[in-house]
Amino acid sequence: MIAIIDYGLGNLTSVKNALDFLGTESEITNNISKIEKADKIILPGVGAFGYGMENLKKLGLIEVLHKEVIVNKKPFLGICLGMQLICKKSYEEGEFEGLAWIDAEVIRFNSESEKLLVPHVGWNEVVCNLASPILIGGNREQTFYFVHSYYPDVKDKNLVVGWCDYGVKFAAVLQKENIFAVQFHPEKSQTEGLEILRKFAEIHSYA
Amino acid sequence: MLKKRLIPCLFLKNGHLVRSENFSYHQLLGDPIAQVERINSWSADELIYIDISNDDHYDLRRDDKKIKSINNIYDIIERVSKTCFIPLTFGGNIKTIEDIKERLKRGADKVVINTLAFENPDFINEAAKVFGRQCIVVGIDVKINSKKEYEVYVGHGKKPTGFNPVLWAKEVEKRGAGEIFLNSIDRDGTAQGYDIPLINMVVDAVSIPVIACGGVGSFSHFIDGIKEGGASAVSAGNIFNFTENSVIEAKKVLKNAGINIRPIIKIN
Repeated sequence: MIAIIDYGLGNLTSVKNALDFLGTESEITNNISKIEKADKIILPGVGAFGYGMENLKKLGLIEVLHKEVIVNKKPFLGICLGMQLICKKSYEEGEFEGLAWIDAEVIRFNSESEKLLVPHVGWNEVVCNLASPILIGGNREQTFYFVHSYYPDVKDKNLVVGWCDYGVKFAAVLQKENIFAVQFHPEKSQTEGLEILRKFAEIHSYA
Repeated sequence: MLKKRLIPCLFLKNGHLVRSENFSYHQLLGDPIAQVERINSWSADELIYIDISNDDHYDLRRDDKKIKSINNIYDIIERVSKTCFIPLTFGGNIKTIEDIKERLKRGADKVVINTLAFENPDFINEAAKVFGRQCIVVGIDVKINSKKEYEVYVGHGKKPTGFNPVLWAKEVEKRGAGEIFLNSIDRDGTAQGYDIPLINMVVDAVSIPVIACGGVGSFSHFIDGIKEGGASAVSAGNIFNFTENSVIEAKKVLKNAGINIRPIIKIN
């Protein structure tokens, strides 16, 4: 079973609908024992970083996430804000500490340079130059749906398995062992997005 | 590179899909679910549903019992979101933060607020704070008034506000709108093409994406909306309802015009 973490933010139903469509068992939950029992964890989310961290804290989810993902090495997928929350720090509406599983700072697109519209909304190309179990191999370009104003500036570029270009080249797909993260919304990216979720569902244990 | 978006807009009235003309004439088209299932497999980039129920105009063929009606907007959201894995935006009859929460919970990704945004502009700030800017699309309906000036209208295009669309667009951006859904009341249902000067002036005034709507009668009008209007996304209602394979055909036309759009996805 995949636990879809409910921390009061974002379109959890969309993620659940996509997994249902693929025939993958999942549950939207913030129940600690259910998260402990799950084989895999998805942290979705749209919304503000500070608010997201605050909710994770309030619900007592930080410890269980750390235990299951970092210690027990369960496959984890962060989506959009869920990708940003695993970074060290974010500068969205202030300065906030994240889960710090990835050495990255979450920064805003620079709308001053040329006429870059922010948020970055719509379908954009992702170039995947490194192999990853959640990606279709072969240096292919794929199109996914993005909607965000901030992105993670990742220190170790070897963790970036997919890049996107929006005024700046940024990490669209990350992988660090059992930790996967995407800045776009696979649950909203039709067939190519569903393929990512399907591949994540098929991953074997990293423990 | 970020692609331009093609967004079918479906107008709902009392659970039926309707065709709109100048915001006042509504022809009944049928089941909103069957239509969306076709559109999804036709490579649309997003979908916008606007619920225009509860206004004081009556539907043509309202009593036709052959067309099944789904009365609850929430049922429609739930059913659409189970088969449609593209972004879904719902507008109409949103009065409170709870109304937005409920729509998102059922599977919507974004909402359009229009009349409420004008009547209570602080609501935009509040909604953007709770759900994030990306979730809040502000609808701006514009009509050329008797003084031959562009003016924002609310209440399904019936109430003049005295506001200029450029000033109002800047205001909603400042308050936290993530996108603007710009519709021309004069062009609605006329098939004459977009109001390009209107799109231009709003696009130039803001740094958030503008979705253009109102007046599309041929696929080439989409090209105008992007190339001349400068819109980030082009939307239309009627053309998608009345033309077979409309999304695929529209995308071909856009692609041939050199516009960067998402390729047509083949569903096996």
